[in-house]
Amino acid sequence: MTRVFVSRDMASVALGADDLAQAFARAGCEVVRTGGRGLFAIEPLVEVETSEGRIAYGPVGPRDAAAVLDGTHANRVGVTAEHPFFARQQRFTFARCGVIDPLSLADYAEHGGWKGLEAAFRLSPQEVVDAVKASGLRGRGGAGFPTGIKWQTVRDAEADEKFIVCNADEGDSGTFADRMLMEGDPYCLIEGMAIAGHAVGAGHGYIYIRSEYPFAVRTMRDAVARSAGRIAPFTLEVRVGAGAYVCGEETALLDSIEGKRGQVRAKPPLPAIEGLFGKPTVINNVLSLAAVPFILSEGAEAYAEVGFGRSRGTMPVQIAGNVRNGGLCEIGFGVTLGELVNEIGGGTASGRPVRAVQVGGPLGAYFPPAMFHLPFDYEAFAAAGGLIGHAGITVFDDTVDMARMARFAMEFCAVESCGKCTPCRIGSTRGVELIDRIVAGAPRGAGMLEIMPQMRNARTAARTQDEEIALLRDLCDTMKFGSLCALGGFTPYPVLSALDHFPEDFGGASALPEAAE
Amino acid sequence: MTFTREKDFGTPEAMGAAVSLTIDGQEVSVPAGTSIMRAAAMVDTAIPKLCATDSLESFGSCRLCLVEVEGRSGYPASCTTPVAPGMAVRTQSDRLRKLRRGVMELYISDHPLDCLTCGANGDCELQDMAGAVGLRDVRFGYEGENHLEGCKDESNPYFTFDPTKCIVCSRCVRACDETQGTLALTVDGRGFASGISASQDESFLSSECVSCGACVQACPTSALIEKTVIEIGTPDRAVVTTCAYCGVGCTFRAEMRGEELVRMVPWKEGKANHGHSCVKGRFAWGYAQHRDRILNPMMRGSVDEPWREVSWEAAIARVASEFRRLQKEHGARAIGGITSSRCTNEETFLVQKLVRQGFGNNNVDTCARVCHSPTGYGLKTTFGTSAGTQDFDSVRHADVILVIGANPTDGHPVFASRMKKRLREGAKLIVVDPRRIDMVRSPHIEAAFHLPLRPGTNVAVLTAMAHVIVTEGLVNETYVRERCDTDAYAEWAEFVSEPARSPEAVEDLTGVPAADLRAAARLYATGGNAAIYYGLGVTEHSQGSSTVMAIANLAMATGNVGKDGVGVNPLRGQNNVQGACDMGSFPHELSGYRHVSDSAARSLFERDWGVSLDPEPGLRIPNMLDAATDGAFKGIFIQGEDILQSDPNTTHVAAGLAAMECVVVQDLFLNETANYAHVFLPGSTFLEKDGTFTNAERRIQRVRKVMEPKNGYADWEVVQLVAHAMGLDWNYTHPSQIMDEIARLTPTFAGVNYAVLDQRGSLQWPVNAAAPEGTPTMHIDHFVRGKGNFVVTDYVPTDERTGPRFPLLLTTGRILSQYNVGAQTRRTANVEWHEEDRLEIHPHDAENRGIRDGNWVSLRSRAGETTLRAKITDRVAPGVVYTTFHHPDTQANVITTDFSDWATNCPEYKVTAVQVMPSNGPSDWQRSYRAQAEASRRIEPAEPAE
Repeated sequence: MTRVFVSRDMASVALGADDLAQAFARAGCEVVRTGGRGLFAIEPLVEVETSEGRIAYGPVGPRDAAAVLDGTHANRVGVTAEHPFFARQQRFTFARCGVIDPLSLADYAEHGGWKGLEAAFRLSPQEVVDAVKASGLRGRGGAGFPTGIKWQTVRDAEADEKFIVCNADEGDSGTFADRMLMEGDPYCLIEGMAIAGHAVGAGHGYIYIRSEYPFAVRTMRDAVARSAGRIAPFTLEVRVGAGAYVCGEETALLDSIEGKRGQVRAKPPLPAIEGLFGKPTVINNVLSLAAVPFILSEGAEAYAEVGFGRSRGTMPVQIAGNVRNGGLCEIGFGVTLGELVNEIGGGTASGRPVRAVQVGGPLGAYFPPAMFHLPFDYEAFAAAGGLIGHAGITVFDDTVDMARMARFAMEFCAVESCGKCTPCRIGSTRGVELIDRIVAGAPRGAGMLEIMPQMRNARTAARTQDEEIALLRDLCDTMKFGSLCALGGFTPYPVLSALDHFPEDFGGASALPEAAE
Repeated sequence: MTFTREKDFGTPEAMGAAVSLTIDGQEVSVPAGTSIMRAAAMVDTAIPKLCATDSLESFGSCRLCLVEVEGRSGYPASCTTPVAPGMAVRTQSDRLRKLRRGVMELYISDHPLDCLTCGANGDCELQDMAGAVGLRDVRFGYEGENHLEGCKDESNPYFTFDPTKCIVCSRCVRACDETQGTLALTVDGRGFASGISASQDESFLSSECVSCGACVQACPTSALIEKTVIEIGTPDRAVVTTCAYCGVGCTFRAEMRGEELVRMVPWKEGKANHGHSCVKGRFAWGYAQHRDRILNPMMRGSVDEPWREVSWEAAIARVASEFRRLQKEHGARAIGGITSSRCTNEETFLVQKLVRQGFGNNNVDTCARVCHSPTGYGLKTTFGTSAGTQDFDSVRHADVILVIGANPTDGHPVFASRMKKRLREGAKLIVVDPRRIDMVRSPHIEAAFHLPLRPGTNVAVLTAMAHVIVTEGLVNETYVRERCDTDAYAEWAEFVSEPARSPEAVEDLTGVPAADLRAAARLYATGGNAAIYYGLGVTEHSQGSSTVMAIANLAMATGNVGKDGVGVNPLRGQNNVQGACDMGSFPHELSGYRHVSDSAARSLFERDWGVSLDPEPGLRIPNMLDAATDGAFKGIFIQGEDILQSDPNTTHVAAGLAAMECVVVQDLFLNETANYAHVFLPGSTFLEKDGTFTNAERRIQRVRKVMEPKNGYADWEVVQLVAHAMGLDWNYTHPSQIMDEIARLTPTFAGVNYAVLDQRGSLQWPVNAAAPEGTPTMHIDHFVRGKGNFVVTDYVPTDERTGPRFPLLLTTGRILSQYNVGAQTRRTANVEWHEEDRLEIHPHDAENRGIRDGNWVSLRSRAGETTLRAKITDRVAPGVVYTTFHHPDTQANVITTDFSDWATNCPEYKVTAVQVMPSNGPSDWQRSYRAQAEASRRIEPAEPAE
């Protein structure tokens, strides 16, 4: 019986993978459902097991089964891994994703699973922490804080109970790596969490998944149940969010797990010292934890060998937006932005010139092609006024209106703000109103109240466009330096980068230089 | 005292080792864990702030308090950033000014601008901060999206919530969570739509809010503000004084505008309440100005005549001449007096002095007779002191808290909040109560064990706990050996070990599952510091004194006396019931609990007062009433106690009073007892006099006069007038002189005087040469009596038993918004929460009788009958009914019997066998009593003055 492989990843299913799988089953094939390979342009994708390896066809539909099985279908991709989109990748974390049956413990073990955990058990907890430090792994959620140092803090904290919390509240638009990993290789995350538990002395872990990921929730719950014996005495449970973006902020996430209103906590105390239920807690992103099994099984050096500057190892970059080859590209740090967009991503889907790329999700900065030389590296992006974040990149062609994008950033912040701190709570709403006036080229005149004779201190003269833009910059300043968490703090990145790089979109006014300090 | 706000350090005090840093170049040394904000405040550097206040944990939301720290990037919030050694902080710079102004600009872009007509004008932190950051222009304008359409919630009788003035700093929410522990408030919605919501978006009145006022106090603007401030304006002076409600003894700043009280604000420095309050102390002081208050003395020939207003001279002369006449005709012991636990120590002392020195007998008693007299007896017998062993702060160190026969969230709400805070921190709770009180399960609190015993079986339950502790080897033997009388222990241990005392043996009797009782006993004995808190559910039984001693036995056996976090803690009812007892209000005791037969003690007084004192104990209240019906007791001076309503078996009390020839009542109002009075002397409120109250933790605190007595005299002055008229040579010009006399004559008060009290704020007795600063924790190295005394507490069932005619057990209690007989709280807006007493009855018992929720029911016992409305709830177990006794119309004490504690005569209020049946309206007693009360309260208009 011919074995074929069809993805059960949510994106593949959305494109018709379930129908495809049924068609092949009807055709008498043994259909193995795998995770997603990560290139959406060739989905729905089917891979046929042959003596030369798995031969991929895509996109294909249910009616194409016969043509695929006799090898005549026009959309023959060939050996999947040899496709240019995959050829340049360095799949450390996503090695199994799209290859194995995600819930098969046998598949997982056959493809190198549990080796990291076994290696960790052979080491002392401190040696595990040391290995993670030596790997140079940094938090993949966006902040880029060295994972080993975080683990060390939790390990050193004295407490009767500690926790491992996995942040799977992947809320950035245009990002999907966490979801793909949880749906495609859940045991990898479980293994990483068990290693973390061993390293810091935590007995229990939580995986906090956003409610918009029903497939991931189901797969993770199933995987946690099946692997319970394998990771014992470490235990895990899955918690589902309730639709608040801000719960992806680590302290709001902890409040949410505790059953409280998901609101950002002030730091200190750091969660590593006083985290979940007041206990020392490792809170890491899915990708950070999922990188750990590789580090333990292949060695910290193998991981650290790849990378650029202080950014070591690989990053699962998620390419989305107006781009030909949207998908997941795990690659060593140092690849340039231009390579990602044009070479791996293949330029815009519309065929028009790229005008802007937003890196790091909805709170990341917009870069024009003039900055495509930037190497993918935490420090390089920070120096350029941006951030890597969770490594989502969204491509826009030359029809984009950047003032609208700046407004969208403020609006996003206003919608998602938890409302705790003032700059984010009120500032984002004022930001939307202000950008609307700027875009309309209609600076604010004196209001009804301000012209009342009782109001002697209010200015009655109308404001100029330059003054309104200066106010927008001041507002961004207040939000950036005054906000309690990254939601309000990072919202200025897209706004200011749009203003700086695309001033012509802002009501025709010249962008003002950065306000002198 | 002029008006200054209490200094706000922004964040709570920390306790770590000293850390040095510089703030704006100034060297500061503060405890580790202190926030930068607090460290700055300690050297008078004010960092702008809105969401921070030192009664609440830091929150970090307003972002006004940003500072610069050398070597750190960004602008950390000074409220949430702890100090570090060598840290160099800058609190002012151009950059910070710009950021703070930016934040303030956002606030004001969504805030009403009519400051001058705002209730908080001049007392608004938002206004202050706008000034401090130099806000001059709101560049966003005032026409953006806003919250100015919000509706004001005026449902609470004492404060308003105006969402348009809310800056969403969450101080109210956090105060409700952290300080009060009710968690009634929340932030609803998120982002720009965030707003404060009471419960599930209800009005404050209909929400779970208990109106403690913590949110109002925490609010930095006028979003939450007292209605009196809106009405009167901001205060111009403040006087620190002590609350006159319960035995917690909260201290308040009485904030005044001229002679008018604007508001009572709990004092942060108050050692009993640490800046917290409840709905009574905080808001329910309007009775002091109530139109029912009697301001002129009144007399009448007989109780069926209307009252006539007379001059003070005439009233006092009548009291003196009648008392002397009665003594002449019926003997020196034919008259007596009752001191008031509501009055000051000084006033109480004077009343008992009047009796002992002026009346020449010991016929003095006090309302503690009906509440905590068993505490005095039981703790004196076992430990050697008639008082609790701890201060309230001790609860911070408790690991296991056993609450028995007390309902702290209603009766002692401010202390309950402290207790709940400790429970939220992880201490374990055991509740022993027939009723599922709020402490059993409330937000973030769940009792480890609730032992719902049948009323009247306290001793059996406590002895069974002792059985478990002794037979399972959980006794702290070292402690018992070193600290206690080992012979007494051995006898007690043998007694409790008998199989008949085991939880299994008493299970049917008490209704408490043996397994739960065993587990609770183990937890008490082995859970770390274990503290017992109890109330009238312990004392008001025929075995009240035995129960107190059974509690003391448990504490001694487990080594839980003599340090922080443990102890035996009576939650005393009245504001000064401890003080009234301390001051010699009992017929057998001189001040400081010295027996009148003790000739050394007596001679001390005799020398000071220049008279010889009767060495025989006088009559207790029930004995006075019995003697009156027998014709031997003829006259009584009752200061500030309504025995007709508060003492058991009302008909018997009424008969006793009616049999007397001269009943003198001094009170604020024509209370129920005054229906039987011949002379009425108007009393003064706690706002109108100087003095001291002593709370449940033996803490002596000053009561300060904030306004002139509306009736002309403070109560101590009235007693002095009576004394003068009876020929006594008293020359007090200020209560401090009375305290000096108390100190002179009472060893445990030797070091107490007003100068020290004013300087230290409060003192916990004993205060003497051995403990010049007072004694927060008693019995530290040894018990006051020497060795701790174990007392065998055999369970003797009460004679009050259920049977076919009276199949249910009635127990009584209080509710948060009302206070005891309600004389004060019924004359405030607190009636909005509790306008009548209701009978709680289990659904099964209600169904058997065809009673529906809200129906009128008759409540009948061997003693009498009354009617009230039913409330059906499973808070009470089947077979048990419960009511409060705040309303004279209900007259719960018509039902209660005259059974009482074997040792002290404390009435058995908590167990009465009753029957409950549907009813159409008031009982005969209620009808006739109401008619008589109305007739008896008639006042003839005074004749016009010349």
